[in-house]
Amino acid sequence: MGEEHSGVWVFSERKELMLELLGKGREIADKLNLELVALLLGYNAKEEAEELVKYGADKVLLVENSMFERMHVEPYLNAVYNLAFHYKPEIILIGSTRRGKELASRLAAKLGVGAVSDAFKIEVNEEGKLVLTRIVYSGNAVATEICETKPKIVTVPPRTFEKLEPTERKGQIVQVEVKVEEPKTEIVEIRPIEVSRTPIEEAKVIVCGGRGIQSKDDFKMLEELAQLLGGQVGNTRPIAEDRKWFTEWVGLSGKKVKPKLYIGCGISGMIQHVAGMRDSKIVVAINKDPEAPIFQVADYIIVEDLYKVVPALIETLRKTLS
Amino acid sequence: MRVLVCLKQVVDVTQIRVDSSTGQLILSGIPRKISDFDKNALEEAVKIKEKFGGEVVAVTVTSEDAKSTLREALAIGADKAYMIYDSALENSDITVTTFVLAEAIKKLGNFDLILCGEATIDGYSGQVGPRLAEILGIPVITYARKIEIENGSVTVERSLEDSTEVVRSKTPVLITVVREINEPRIPSLMAIMKASKKELNVWSLEDLGIPKEKVGLQGSVIKILEVKAPKVERKGIKIEGETPEEIADKLVKALMQEGVIGR
Repeated sequence: MGEEHSGVWVFSERKELMLELLGKGREIADKLNLELVALLLGYNAKEEAEELVKYGADKVLLVENSMFERMHVEPYLNAVYNLAFHYKPEIILIGSTRRGKELASRLAAKLGVGAVSDAFKIEVNEEGKLVLTRIVYSGNAVATEICETKPKIVTVPPRTFEKLEPTERKGQIVQVEVKVEEPKTEIVEIRPIEVSRTPIEEAKVIVCGGRGIQSKDDFKMLEELAQLLGGQVGNTRPIAEDRKWFTEWVGLSGKKVKPKLYIGCGISGMIQHVAGMRDSKIVVAINKDPEAPIFQVADYIIVEDLYKVVPALIETLRKTLS
Repeated sequence: MRVLVCLKQVVDVTQIRVDSSTGQLILSGIPRKISDFDKNALEEAVKIKEKFGGEVVAVTVTSEDAKSTLREALAIGADKAYMIYDSALENSDITVTTFVLAEAIKKLGNFDLILCGEATIDGYSGQVGPRLAEILGIPVITYARKIEIENGSVTVERSLEDSTEVVRSKTPVLITVVREINEPRIPSLMAIMKASKKELNVWSLEDLGIPKEKVGLQGSVIKILEVKAPKVERKGIKIEGETPEEIADKLVKALMQEGVIGR
């Protein structure tokens, strides 16, 4: 593609993630002297558009269509593709939700360009190139990559970058009409997953249970510990998938967490799990097995039966914190 | 039903070691296997064949010999396997791999269903499935945890972060699956023996009419600057004591000093 490409675009169907992308996008746009553009696909979304300007956008491309009331990738893809084809951005940051990842991959194929998935670090190097860092080999390694197409597409996981403080600043809101085709797939039903508590990604303290926990009932003990610490309970993938005690898990393929305190109980520390908790500030690991790999990523190592240590810990905390 | 499954041969990530002086990964000599979620895709394809009849074709694009991996796929229940094998494919990025895969599929003819894993355990980009569908011009449903088939249409439960979405599509359709969809079978000795007689075809780039310049490093748009083990900087302090109470006491004190608990 020989034409002029310009501008950093950001898009996510999730507002919070969109604001985080604007935060990082602002930094990149300033370094490369480019315009920061937010894509807003919605319905009656004028007010939201103004908010995006406050969070850093120079321009908001607003496409309003009742089809955007819920996120169905096809119409979204239609719109983003048409806009990208017409306006030719240089960089497109897309929020890495499962829907967002599908959107990014399909967009990349339609535009015939490269895409980098789940970048947790984005830097501009001396040559003005975007250097992207991501996890590979299920958490065994990190790769730094450069994408040589224009535009280049990068997906960014939630809670990776900080949003800016909103300020009164000038920005342009441009309403655009885009023809949206009838989708080939039909959404028959959406069943929300009930969440009775705050998302685990937001917990300041996480007490996590692994295969060393013998019954689902024993999670009550971890729950008690978590409550004393003002935190939440988490678990590993085998607990969710093999034993089917829970539907979520902490890990590369599940929730990525970074609490200030993570306490792993009976967790061996498979690399896929570690990749989901590695950014925790302080890591405590309790496991009978002195060879458990979790100890290699722990600040405090307790080689002991969790069924002895956790009750003692609960007792001590009760006394200390009361 | 004619079902195609895209498989990738990957290194067993649990066996990767790191050269501690350089931080480089040691990948040579590590056993290879079918990437986890691709195996779920294969299992699902075989289940569909067992229910509706038809054929399961497994295909892989690889720069190293993947015959034994494909033999495993045949033992699990694929009827035929195609290995698109060329050493020139080494260092190809997703754009290239997907392009080659698409060319192979075009040559293999029409399929009712194409199944892929949600991502591979090495690259974990999750791009191949959706990209492939886009190139082939067929609908795609990602992150499937349940697939039902009826009269030329599929109804799929997708596993999303905040919801389960039920999506319907006509065939042909490409579906990417998550691990929850099934438990891949371990092939019996009989199945393994039978697999050795099944058709395993090897195609080169030339067979697909793809020039070597379009693949490998020179055909790729993603350049990898570095792959390294992540730096772990942890204190690694062992907390020991005569009794659990003593351990608990020491830990609580330490955590309070860290400022992560208490007031």
